[in-house]
Amino acid sequence: MDFWHFMVANRQQVLDLTAEHIVLVGLSTLFAVMVGLPLGIVITRKPNLSKAVIGSANVIQTIPSLALFGFLLPAPWIGERAGRLAVLALALYALLPLIRNTYAGIRNVDPAIVEAGRAMGMTDRQLLWQVELPLASGVIVAGIRIATVVSVGLATIAAAIGAGGLGEFIFRGLAMVNNQVILAGAIPAALLALFADLALSALERRLGALSRRS
Amino acid sequence: MDAIAQVQPAIEIRRASFRRNGRALVQSLSLSVSPGETLVLLGRSGSGKTTTLRLINRLLEPTAGEVRVNGTLTTEWDPIQLRRKIGYVIQDGGLFPHFTVERNIALVPEIEKWPRERRRARVLELLDLVGLPPDLRSRYPAQLSGGQRQRVGVARALAADPPILLLDEAFGALDPITRSEMQKEFRALQQRMKKAAIFVTHDLREALLLGDRIALMEEGRLIVDLPTSEFVGSQVPLVRAYREAFSEAEPRC
Repeated sequence: MDFWHFMVANRQQVLDLTAEHIVLVGLSTLFAVMVGLPLGIVITRKPNLSKAVIGSANVIQTIPSLALFGFLLPAPWIGERAGRLAVLALALYALLPLIRNTYAGIRNVDPAIVEAGRAMGMTDRQLLWQVELPLASGVIVAGIRIATVVSVGLATIAAAIGAGGLGEFIFRGLAMVNNQVILAGAIPAALLALFADLALSALERRLGALSRRS
Repeated sequence: MDAIAQVQPAIEIRRASFRRNGRALVQSLSLSVSPGETLVLLGRSGSGKTTTLRLINRLLEPTAGEVRVNGTLTTEWDPIQLRRKIGYVIQDGGLFPHFTVERNIALVPEIEKWPRERRRARVLELLDLVGLPPDLRSRYPAQLSGGQRQRVGVARALAADPPILLLDEAFGALDPITRSEMQKEFRALQQRMKKAAIFVTHDLREALLLGDRIALMEEGRLIVDLPTSEFVGSQVPLVRAYREAFSEAEPRC
């Protein structure tokens, strides 16, 4: 019951930090989509680039998150603003699932369908927008879902560099050796991840049904 | 169309070859098809039939020799414009699973920016032409039978009334009864439409039924190119082998 008392007593702060958390995750995922989606498309057109691009995104993924936040701290311009830095770091982590799923999604479209479109006189652009992206959209949304869920968890670490979010409660609770405070950060974060997963899974299923409509 | 264009073949292939990775998929092939004529390309899998079709709509470019459509080299055509003048039908229709029947059929009219009313009217006209009820137009391909999908595939190829029609094993995925129906309907359709058509198949009976001429291919080469009536009596060994293969199968059926 102590936990609920803490939540109720500090509801304004809980809401503020949750909002910050959502902004961190939302912005970073948005940037990752803006970069990862085009990159994923480009490497389906230039397959000899695919290894290098996916490999680089893989390498970023292997850097421990706390270390990545730390590495970016001394960078000029971003270093001055913890929020920007956190968004950049989270976006970097989100790149791999986005690039990989966009690439795999487009590559898995039935080649006979793409060839039929090409033979009917569709341009590359029309094929991409009207055939490849719609048919790959389920797999691409799955990438966005994975990136978002991972980001919700990772964003708690952003508090370590002062970027705010629900991690503030977690780090504060750890310092105070107070489980209630830790839970006040951890439980809303877990709920956010769960909600994002459910919402994007539903979208994914609807889009995935496009390619096997019946 | 002026008098010169009338006599000009719609498709003319002269000593065309296509090599990839040192392997010749088509070797020094010469063929021509006039408007109103149906040429059947007969041959087993890997004999270069599909490659030949892809040379015509410039999905591939010949590594030697030339391919002309309406008198112009395919390499001089804008590939997009060229392909919109060539109807293409593949096995199982090759329909877009996320488009309704109507959008599938109206694909070329849509990318050619026909007004909506004209597209709609054309779709109804084509559904009627290929023997499908008009209420099928709001369905998705997965909701159709194999025969219906194939009919939609033919309707899509005919949508913008292209002068040339390429059919690649078009009826290959159908059960024998539907297949025979489609063959008869295609023949009747072609007699009215007078397209320059190339029909690829490995089925001799289909070739005899549909072709004005039959061109037999083997390992990328043209073995014979004969009017259908002469093909039946040809003593060329490979032609005989084909006939025997099909007549052996006959008594079991």
